[in-house]
Amino acid sequence: MDFPRPLPVPTPTTEPFWNGLAEGQVRLQQCDDCDAWVFYPRSHCNACLSPNLTWKTVSGKGTIYSFTVARRPTAPQFADDIPQLIAVIELNEGVRLNSVMVNIDPTALAVGLAVKPVFHRQDGSTLLYFEPD
Amino acid sequence: MGLQGRAAITGVADFKNERKYTGKRKFYTEQWAELTQLAITDAGLSKQDIDGLCCASIPESSMFAPATIAEYLGLRVNFAEMVDLGGASSVSMIWRAAAAIELGLCEAVVCAAPGLPIPSNPNPPRRDPTRLFGSVSANWGSPQTEFDVPYGNVAQNAGYALIAQRYAATYGYDERALAKIAADQRTNAQGNPNAVFYGQPITIDDVLQSKMIADPLHILEIVMPCAGGCAVVVVSDRLAKKCRHRPVHITGCGEHLTTRSVTYAEDMTVTPVGPAAASAFRMSGKSPRDIDVLEAYDCYTITVLLTIEDSGFCNKGEGIAFVNENDLTFAGSFPVNTHGGQLGAGQAAGMAGGMSQPVEGVRQIMGRAEGRQVPHCDTALVTGTGGIMSEQSAIILEGA
Ligand SMILES: [Zn+2]
Repeated sequence: MDFPRPLPVPTPTTEPFWNGLAEGQVRLQQCDDCDAWVFYPRSHCNACLSPNLTWKTVSGKGTIYSFTVARRPTAPQFADDIPQLIAVIELNEGVRLNSVMVNIDPTALAVGLAVKPVFHRQDGSTLLYFEPD
Repeated sequence: MGLQGRAAITGVADFKNERKYTGKRKFYTEQWAELTQLAITDAGLSKQDIDGLCCASIPESSMFAPATIAEYLGLRVNFAEMVDLGGASSVSMIWRAAAAIELGLCEAVVCAAPGLPIPSNPNPPRRDPTRLFGSVSANWGSPQTEFDVPYGNVAQNAGYALIAQRYAATYGYDERALAKIAADQRTNAQGNPNAVFYGQPITIDDVLQSKMIADPLHILEIVMPCAGGCAVVVVSDRLAKKCRHRPVHITGCGEHLTTRSVTYAEDMTVTPVGPAAASAFRMSGKSPRDIDVLEAYDCYTITVLLTIEDSGFCNKGEGIAFVNENDLTFAGSFPVNTHGGQLGAGQAAGMAGGMSQPVEGVRQIMGRAEGRQVPHCDTALVTGTGGIMSEQSAIILEGA
């Protein structure tokens, strides 16, 4: 059976984030009222529920908050990627996101490692991967 | 405020856990009927006593599950609830039942979690198997579909591995201590003929030599899915007096959740069972040192470690030392998951795995745990965990 790669299908709210990645930029929402950074993109600030969020372009730099080396595919769609270097990245703005580490030996993965974005293009989508900074 | 301990579990039922189920396949409604019949018989109640039910979703009907079950069983209920808290659902069903009884809404509530395979559908609905990601939503607009799934952070193993890795970086790690949780629980399973690993003890080295699935989790630190099913019946004090066994009162409860994906947890190593257990202890007037047995939801070894820490049995970051210093078997200094837990007895499908923990706590307090009985067992803390430490609940059970 063919298991096509699951790719994001943006919503009206999240589209600016994905469009940013396509242009090689990391864009995050910041709350006008409480200054909190918001990720994933939302209609309202998840710190104060203000609807006043403004898109800002950030460096995309951060650190590895945690990681795992999946030696069995987490789903059949990822069978070709074994081992999967799954990471949770904490951006310098403090928000966290799911990602994949590239250009690194699995044994070099470490919590706290400084990372920078890699704009990974796949079948018309752009995913936010990371590599050592 | 809170529960006054005026509701008690007086009957339990379970199907034998089987990795390869060979018996007759049954719909969840049919399993509900069977489990209810077994549980009320165990309690010494009759069908006419039942006036409440708590369920999780059933495959036969994506909506109106309580009404479907009530109609199928011929029940007239004054309290009906479907709980949607993943592996925490069973523990959460029980405190909701106790609360409804204390409010005077009802007097006897069945909480059941079927988990046997259902009959094969001769006309299977068309589903796209390439768009299924276990319990992770694949629906458009779901944050998981958009921000978890494309990066491969799907299903449970990766999420729990992320938690364990973060724990290791923060507090240090001793893989032998984590493996000891699996080995000690497996020892407990040797006293439980219904466990899938009955007759198959393991050592710490067996765990560490088993396949690495997602660093640092070995396959023997991960639950084995199986067929099974469990139920309890929760009743008022008035009805408890006419039941056959020692009533097991629900004297405290708590529940906490903040995120679906653990990626966004404020601190991955500080789990929702903390506030849940604190609430349960406060309500019951008990403290961790009063607990005779801990029946902790155990999808992974790391879940047990963090439940021990965050429930307050030791300080944060000292769980590894605690596990190394204590014997977690039914005969040991700190009995945990005396039926083997889901790691040792199997994780029955549906929400049944999480119902095995309260059922075991009840059996221990009733003095019916046979080959794995903890001596003088009067008080249990029972926890449930859903998603990737997304939601957790806790109850204190006390013998009358
Ligand atoms: Zn705000």
